[in-house]
Amino acid sequence: MKRSQLIYKIISYSILLLGLGIVAIPIWYMVSTAFKPQTMVFELPPQLWPNPSTFDNFIKAVTTDHFGLYFWNSVKVTLTATLLTVLISSMLAYAFARLNFPGKEALFYILLLGMMVPPVMLIIPQFIVSHKLDLYNNLWGLILVYVTMNIAMQTFLLRGVFEDVPRDLEEAAMIDGGSPFTIFTKIVLPLSGPGLAVVVINSFLYSWEEYTWANVNIGDSVNRTLPIGLALFQSEHLTEWGQVFAASLIALIPVVIIFILFQRYFVQGVSTTGIKG
Amino acid sequence: MREKKTRNQIAPAIIFLLPGFTLLIVFFLGPLLYSFRISFFDWNFAHPDRSVYVGLQNYITQFKSQIFQRAVSNTVIYTVITVVVKMVLGFFVAVILNQKLSGRTGFRVAYYLPVITSWVIVSLLFTYMFSGMGGLVNYFLKDVLHVIDKNIMWLADSTLALVPVVLVDIWKGVGWAAVIFLAGLQSIPVELLEAAEVDGANRWQRLTGVMLPMMRGTLVFLLVVLVLGGLNAYVPFQLITRGNPMDQTHSILTLMYRATFSRMNFGSGAAISYLLTIFVFVLSVVQLKLLRKPAGE
Repeated sequence: MKRSQLIYKIISYSILLLGLGIVAIPIWYMVSTAFKPQTMVFELPPQLWPNPSTFDNFIKAVTTDHFGLYFWNSVKVTLTATLLTVLISSMLAYAFARLNFPGKEALFYILLLGMMVPPVMLIIPQFIVSHKLDLYNNLWGLILVYVTMNIAMQTFLLRGVFEDVPRDLEEAAMIDGGSPFTIFTKIVLPLSGPGLAVVVINSFLYSWEEYTWANVNIGDSVNRTLPIGLALFQSEHLTEWGQVFAASLIALIPVVIIFILFQRYFVQGVSTTGIKG
Repeated sequence: MREKKTRNQIAPAIIFLLPGFTLLIVFFLGPLLYSFRISFFDWNFAHPDRSVYVGLQNYITQFKSQIFQRAVSNTVIYTVITVVVKMVLGFFVAVILNQKLSGRTGFRVAYYLPVITSWVIVSLLFTYMFSGMGGLVNYFLKDVLHVIDKNIMWLADSTLALVPVVLVDIWKGVGWAAVIFLAGLQSIPVELLEAAEVDGANRWQRLTGVMLPMMRGTLVFLLVVLVLGGLNAYVPFQLITRGNPMDQTHSILTLMYRATFSRMNFGSGAAISYLLTIFVFVLSVVQLKLLRKPAGE
């Protein structure tokens, strides 16, 4: 190897390791704090690993303030919203990718508008709509808004994916008398696995983490989702950071599982969105 | 044949489009227009029919308000710093990760961890690290690096309070920018880079002469998306500074939230959100125009 290449490699690794340190320190601090007894939460200098360490924070976090309920609410909201987003946006995407109908272009522009309008600006009127439709304080109020806020982007993404499905397969099915529905469910969907996985990831993460709308639409404590629960937990237990981060780590478990399961689609998902956007 | 095909497809098209567009009309288009209307009223939430039309008053009030001006400047400063830093760092990380290095998948996963950690959690984490007493950041600055001699009360000062907000966004966002850049880099034909190398271009020349121009699309996409995200910043401001002290550390959206839900002034809130949207829209169009391929290319 040439000398200059070796130097370049050393510089590369140094920068990467520096970056790794910057990424890792806050995460390490969060994890170690979750295992600290309350008396050590502000102890300096910080220990690499708390001694004595304790599991109490996790137990307290789970047993106080309806944590289990918030977790369950988040599970319900996230799974339903993800399922509906996949279903509805793939239907839309199929119509835009394959069907001919009048007004197609105009409708597609409306969809594009949905990608450009910042979601938070809709919060006030959505709040009013939610009151009118009796969705205030109701998990369906979260689910339907999450699906709506997601379908524009996900439809856009899936349209690109569906367009890559070989047309001759569909034409063969059509000659055999297959309806658009058969083609959609028997050919297009099964061939679009990775694309659908990306939609699942995007929509799962969005719904699991969403804070702003949930904070507005849910007033009753029994209907809170996890992000609201975590933020409130911190403001109610101001300095009990051990418990706050124990609860946060538990909230991260599903995200990490999804991340590990779908790791290769993560990068793919980001880049598909990136290039097609 | 073709006509028959078209006609046959209208019925299925309606069925495929109906669920999605019902949602879009009820929760997106309707609200979008409704909000515009609200912004011209002194809106009465409990009895909308008793709302009073005030013309542009809600908009004018905002422009005159010091708190609004401050929120705009906070948001703009936050956006400019975070976007520039994330793009520069993200680009260099991507260039480094694009080489054949052992362990690069590991680095990629690690850099992506902050991206998948939720905004609420990272905001709480940075609030803790920037605690005035006993926070990790003060400890580093005071006891390890000795650049300050007494603890800084980050969140008590209207300027310093923006530091954790900016840093959390950078910390969380570099990985995402890097992944997008990486995808852009990988779409550059290898032959092109090899040709440049044969022609004697050094690393820096290949970077600025070949890679950057080839990635115009990626750059535009990132810039537009990151600026949009920055101007819409909400959670880190809401959870880290909460507008304190004296309402001087709001972002545009936390101010909108405060006007609407803390003061029940829906008209003002709607006006703020429309001002933001118009600003965002104009800015996006300008960015797309500026970055479009120059004529003659």
